Amino acid sequence: MENEVQVKTEHLVKRYPMGAESFPALQDINLQFMKGEFTGIVGPSGSGKTTLLNIIGTLDKPTEGEALLLGKTISKLTHKEGAKIRNEHLGFIFQTYNLLPVYTVFENVEFPLLLLSMEKKERDEAVWQALEWMQITEKAKVKPNQLSGGQAQRVAIARSIVKKPKIVIADEPTANLDAKNSHRILQLMVDLNKDLQTTFIFSTHDEKVIQYLRRIINLEDGRVASDELVELNGIATQE
Amino acid sequence: MVLLRLAFRNIWGAGLRTWLNAIVLSISFVAIIWTQGLYEGMAEQVSREMIKVSVGGGQIWHSNYDPYDPLTLDESHGQIPPICQQWIANDQAAPVLIHQGAIYPQGRMQQILLKGIDPGQQIVQLPTQGLANHDRLTGLIGARMARKTGLQKGDYITIRWRDSKGVFDAADVQIAGIFDTYAASIDQNQIWLPLNRLQRMLAMPDQATMFILDREFSPSKIPEGWLFKRQNDLLANIQEIVQAKSVGASILYVVLLLLAMLAIFDTQVLSIFRRRKEIGTLIALGMTRSRVIGLFTLEGSMHGVLAAIVAAIYGIPLLVWYAVYGLGLPIDAENYGIALGQRIFPIYSAGLIIGTTLLIMIVVTIISYWPTRRIAKLKPTDALLGKTQ
Repeated sequence: MENEVQVKTEHLVKRYPMGAESFPALQDINLQFMKGEFTGIVGPSGSGKTTLLNIIGTLDKPTEGEALLLGKTISKLTHKEGAKIRNEHLGFIFQTYNLLPVYTVFENVEFPLLLLSMEKKERDEAVWQALEWMQITEKAKVKPNQLSGGQAQRVAIARSIVKKPKIVIADEPTANLDAKNSHRILQLMVDLNKDLQTTFIFSTHDEKVIQYLRRIINLEDGRVASDELVELNGIATQE
Repeated sequence: MVLLRLAFRNIWGAGLRTWLNAIVLSISFVAIIWTQGLYEGMAEQVSREMIKVSVGGGQIWHSNYDPYDPLTLDESHGQIPPICQQWIANDQAAPVLIHQGAIYPQGRMQQILLKGIDPGQQIVQLPTQGLANHDRLTGLIGARMARKTGLQKGDYITIRWRDSKGVFDAADVQIAGIFDTYAASIDQNQIWLPLNRLQRMLAMPDQATMFILDREFSPSKIPEGWLFKRQNDLLANIQEIVQAKSVGASILYVVLLLLAMLAIFDTQVLSIFRRRKEIGTLIALGMTRSRVIGLFTLEGSMHGVLAAIVAAIYGIPLLVWYAVYGLGLPIDAENYGIALGQRIFPIYSAGLIIGTTLLIMIVVTIISYWPTRRIAKLKPTDALLGKTQ
């Protein structure tokens, strides 16, 4: 099962129009992400990390080439199909947490399950379990504006994994956190990756994140500069 | 159901902004129901009074009679047909003879209508018994007429008329009573006299201009040369006047409603602008754009629901108070053009309340939906970054 391909890109190109010209954000990206991977897409700002994650997350479409998510061609997905796939199989973690401000922590975590029309009892159990994983049960009734950055990001992670998605996409999840909170959150994600076999795909340029990754994809100017598997005791080069 | 819960949480969480919108909208709610209730009450009051004192269960008019053309009055009378005599004998109809005349209050000539009615009639609720058993010529006038001419009970006034043969004559009439009604059509510029006396004065024995029918009576046959006017036909003009006046008054609540709609529209536009990131997040979490549009529209529409609740809190006691104690009218309400009492008691029908609620809900929903269409054009990746197109 671990060899199951969850995301695949073939000659993926993404260009953004800039006046009469177009700016290439991604060029000829050929990647595969397997089930249970803990992968980081690293690179400087403007290298195309977020663009790649957006396409993998069905929030954007490639200009050329193909991207397949769970066997489905992303460019051919309708809005509704894209929403369905995100709803059922994807979890998102954002740099700025993106918690819904008028909901409590519990309600924020509960939100994806409401969209799945899950029964209340089942929903409550899943939410409490996610909050326990993130060690934030005591904040269940608190609104996001009363949380610290680390707590808010733990809630965001709880929200992303509450429905036990196949893939979690995290865009710079530790960018706004201090070192202590970053390590704590990354360790929680490593544990979840092990326990739930969830595929984690990060974009980051944070050194603290990199040491947790088991695969590092380096993007430079929209191209894959390197793609490395990281062994516990060292680094094994894939390409 | 999920959208409903989310929408409720969102507008509840928006706090003061939500309540300000709801309060403005609730004022429209109460104003519409109050003003329309006032006009419904007015129409009902006028109709009831007109039926009681003038219209009865309908009228039978001489075919030449046109109440809006006094020049035809000389020709608009006829012999009381045998069938009508039967109705009169059975207390099913009251004959009325109408003719032009003049009075001279404070030495000034004033054209009036002389109206003859049987003092013993029971069809309309006028104190006509005051006209009976007097050797003198007695007359009844309404309170408006009394105020205008300065006449009081027991006063004498000279009336002048021209009979059917073209002979002018005059007589002094003693005011036997002053009745109070808000039906101006039986009050202003007219004196009620005993029918027999007026028939003699005009040399029109056994003649009438019209018959007022009992409310329980429905004529099976209408005599030739006479026209049957149904109760509804006779009240139609009054209802139309009330309707026309209510349209004029609706300007007030249209303005209020527009203000409320503007507030909601503005809130929606601002909400979409401020919550771009949230919209992006909702889409990322798996909501379709149409559901996000539905959510925002529902949030806007819920202002209507909240407004209804707020309106109920202060509006019900206010509206009930007016329904019980009525709205006092200034003296110049006499010039309103229709029969009005000193107080109007609003009537809030189920149709009015449901209709107003539906109207506001539909308008609020449309106004709420309008700005949300831009969500459909919003790219989720831009929305997540807080950008707009």
